[in-house]
Amino acid sequence: MSAFDTPTRTLVSRTQLSRPLGRTLYWVVFWSLIVLFAAVFLFPLYWMVSGGMKSAQEMIQTPPTIVPHHVELGNYASAWKDLDLGRLIFNTGYYALGALAFQLVFDVAAAYSFSKLRPVFGNVVLFAMLATLMIPTTVIILPTYLTANSLPFVHWSLLNTPWAIWLPSVTSAFNIFLLKRFFDSIPTELLAAAAVDGAGPIRTLWSIVLPMSRPILGVVSIFAVVGVWKDFLWPLLVLTDTSMQTVNVGLHQLSVGISQNVLIAALAIASVPTIVFFLIFQRNIMAGLTAGGMKG
Amino acid sequence: MATINLTHAVARDIRKAERPSRRAEFGRKLRRNSTAYLFLAGAILCFAVFSWYPMIREVIMSFQYTNFAGDTKWVGLHNYQHIMADPDFWSAWRTTGLFTLFALVFGYAVPFFLAVVLNEMRHARSYFRLLVYLPVMMPPVAAAFLWQWFYTPDDTGLFNAVLHALHLPSVQWLQSSHTLAVLCLVLFSTWINMGGTVLIYLASLQSIPGELYEAAEMDGAGIWGRIWHITIPQTRLILSMMLLLQIVGTMQVFTEPFVITGAANNTTTVVYLIYQYAFNFNNYGDAAALGVLLLLVLVGFAAGYLWLSRHADEE
Repeated sequence: MSAFDTPTRTLVSRTQLSRPLGRTLYWVVFWSLIVLFAAVFLFPLYWMVSGGMKSAQEMIQTPPTIVPHHVELGNYASAWKDLDLGRLIFNTGYYALGALAFQLVFDVAAAYSFSKLRPVFGNVVLFAMLATLMIPTTVIILPTYLTANSLPFVHWSLLNTPWAIWLPSVTSAFNIFLLKRFFDSIPTELLAAAAVDGAGPIRTLWSIVLPMSRPILGVVSIFAVVGVWKDFLWPLLVLTDTSMQTVNVGLHQLSVGISQNVLIAALAIASVPTIVFFLIFQRNIMAGLTAGGMKG
Repeated sequence: MATINLTHAVARDIRKAERPSRRAEFGRKLRRNSTAYLFLAGAILCFAVFSWYPMIREVIMSFQYTNFAGDTKWVGLHNYQHIMADPDFWSAWRTTGLFTLFALVFGYAVPFFLAVVLNEMRHARSYFRLLVYLPVMMPPVAAAFLWQWFYTPDDTGLFNAVLHALHLPSVQWLQSSHTLAVLCLVLFSTWINMGGTVLIYLASLQSIPGELYEAAEMDGAGIWGRIWHITIPQTRLILSMMLLLQIVGTMQVFTEPFVITGAANNTTTVVYLIYQYAFNFNNYGDAAALGVLLLLVLVGFAAGYLWLSRHADEE
């Protein structure tokens, strides 16, 4: 992202900006944008956090108060307890990490095979996988659900088990595509040299390809974790047991019959893990987003 | 014929002569391929069970009737005729179409315009990037409930409170007309999704060489001229790809109507209707038929996009 910090010539030239009119206009636009962004993206979050502190009476007051009169942290305590948010957050994190592990093992192995081992009909299989990008999961949600409820031949049901999240997460054709494209850029001579030294495919993957692929592994990992955290329809169908549910499903199921201020407090708590995750990994997330989007 | 027979004979002889080395070659190839497929096994198995098989099963189920006991029988096109006779079917397509249309204006044009302006900013760049992406990281259901609260029709809701402070009349939002309800959902959807789009546009705007703008300026192109003749053609590839992703994404909208309006005010979308057919009415055949129809529409968009982009390349 270093390109961001070195201003090159853009739409408006620097000479134009340094003229008095240009400079005034620039600062007007700049400060309006600062205020607009704060109002549109930050204020709703403030409204959520402060709304969670209001008493039931203050919630229905018109006009609503901007700063709560009496800060009631009790709402947060009861939201945490009544909705069992700790369990929901733990579940989601557990599913996300598991999905990450499965994707790293199966998708990396597949991409490596497509890129470097190049089996016969490899391209046909790759095409069949990439074609699923055209078929959104929501469209085939019913047959996928029925299949997860009774696997072909063995007739096991994955419902209300973490496997229902983990195994379908492997079918991320986009991640396989990103990984394969990155592996393609690793020179084959390097791998040939390793083969001469007697390294098998696993050894080559582990000691040569993976250490070189850290950036793309970071991108894929973030996609895997965020994907599980944001998914709603699929976990809604396959995780019906209250003790197994994710944040999204749990909030939806338990929102009925809860007072508004406690619900708002619950939303604030539920948003904390991903926003903290974002603030920690923001550099990688943004780099990954553009890497994935740019050449895709 | 004779020559062919001769070449066959020669080929056979050569094959015979080469047999030991060929066998070794074959063994090596077999080993290499089986290793390669061993690496692929996990992914292939998951794709087969959770992607390819459901795909085929969906098409089969759309021609079948399944009752509660699990008995199935072939019914031909009956499911398709049945859903087309359902008024909800047409209403769902209308809502989805309206949603997609509004999302094109707000979710597609606004982020691009915003990115063009942001790219001119010389200060506080990380502030803008950070803030625009914050909503993307919220759990969608949490954000949806938050906006449902903002849309409260009386004056306790945030939006009506703002209108009130500006001395404007309050609006019923989700409970007013169907069009406005869909628009409310699109506004929410834009808010939560635009971060990613803005950042992708920003990255592609930075890859435009500055000399192009300089040259255009010397030719006397004003600011709009430069946007029209430099910025848009230079980002055409990413713009057209995002257009396809936007359309395909918004045609599948589910969370917004499911959580925020709960199908009130006719805001049931196509995917929501699939959900209702399948899990509220246990009518698997209808759900599968509707899924196949939606799939055809989406594949149609993708095919049209490919055709257009190939057409544009040839020019």
